[in-house]
Amino acid sequence: MMILTVAGKKKNYPERLTLSALIEQEAVENPDYVTVTINDAFVERGDFAQTILKDGDTVEFLYFMGGGTV
Amino acid sequence: MPFTNEQLERYSRHIILKEVGIKGQKKLLNAKVLIIGAGGLGAPAALYLAAAGVGTIGIADADEVDLSNLQRQVIHTTADLGKAKVKSAAETMTAINPDVKVNTYRTFVTSQNIMNLIAGYDFILDGTDNFPAKFLINDACVMAKKPFSHAGIIRFRGQLMTYVPGQGPCYRCVFKNPPPKDAVPTCKQAGVIGAMGGVIGSLQAMEAIKYIIGQGKLLTGRLLTYDALKMEFHTIKLPRDEHCAVCSAYPTITKLIDYEQAECDMKK
Repeated sequence: MMILTVAGKKKNYPERLTLSALIEQEAVENPDYVTVTINDAFVERGDFAQTILKDGDTVEFLYFMGGGTV
Repeated sequence: MPFTNEQLERYSRHIILKEVGIKGQKKLLNAKVLIIGAGGLGAPAALYLAAAGVGTIGIADADEVDLSNLQRQVIHTTADLGKAKVKSAAETMTAINPDVKVNTYRTFVTSQNIMNLIAGYDFILDGTDNFPAKFLINDACVMAKKPFSHAGIIRFRGQLMTYVPGQGPCYRCVFKNPPPKDAVPTCKQAGVIGAMGGVIGSLQAMEAIKYIIGQGKLLTGRLLTYDALKMEFHTIKLPRDEHCAVCSAYPTITKLIDYEQAECDMKK
């Protein structure tokens, strides 16, 4: 097991988890349009499947949000 | 110009703050803020900026007040139904504070008019509902070197960030390009709790005020998110994208773009 901080919350995850698998596990909304940072650095969308998370990593999901008028 | 007795009393709760004082209140009275969108975000922001004595407030919106707006757009009342939103907003702001000069622009922002619109203002507040407008405002502010507050709200969630030229990432560093039409739901499709506009729009007003008086830490390089159901605020550190298409040293976007508006966002 390893500990990740995902969206501000520390939790246990299985070792060698990929970013794509994490996105699925966390049921990220609109995963095709989410922006991700790992340890405060952007991850290219094309690299999600190959990115293997390490113990202690901090992962953040950034979502498109419209809203306002109308 | 020295303050009148009435102004000293009106702004007394500001003036007593060491971070504001007479000096800060003068800065507010001399400041010019443009609010784009007189809706869920723009309405509360406009109310607080007018009450705070921001001397010149511009407000841009092409729409009229609709019954479905009143659940959250607190600057308009039932008596304003059918009225231009900018007119209704201007009337409320002037009624709150006659010190404020309100400039109204009854128009959608486009690549053709946005540079002229923002030119005379110190700070821009994005209160629009759609991604083409959000990207346009970002790009225009980057090109014109204007600070702005970006925000979005949907359902029970909201978020905001502040761009200051040379001090951190822009909206495009984070979100690259607008999502395809209908890929991401809008408030109209998904709904939004009215008070969310109050929370996030007020935070945008707070950023504008802090920028003007030069106090505190702005949301540059940070996205503040708010989840009302969990009742949690969370701050996400935002890096700059060194290859950002608009704000990097070698931008590939040098002209403003009018992205296609999702149909559901078009005028009803």
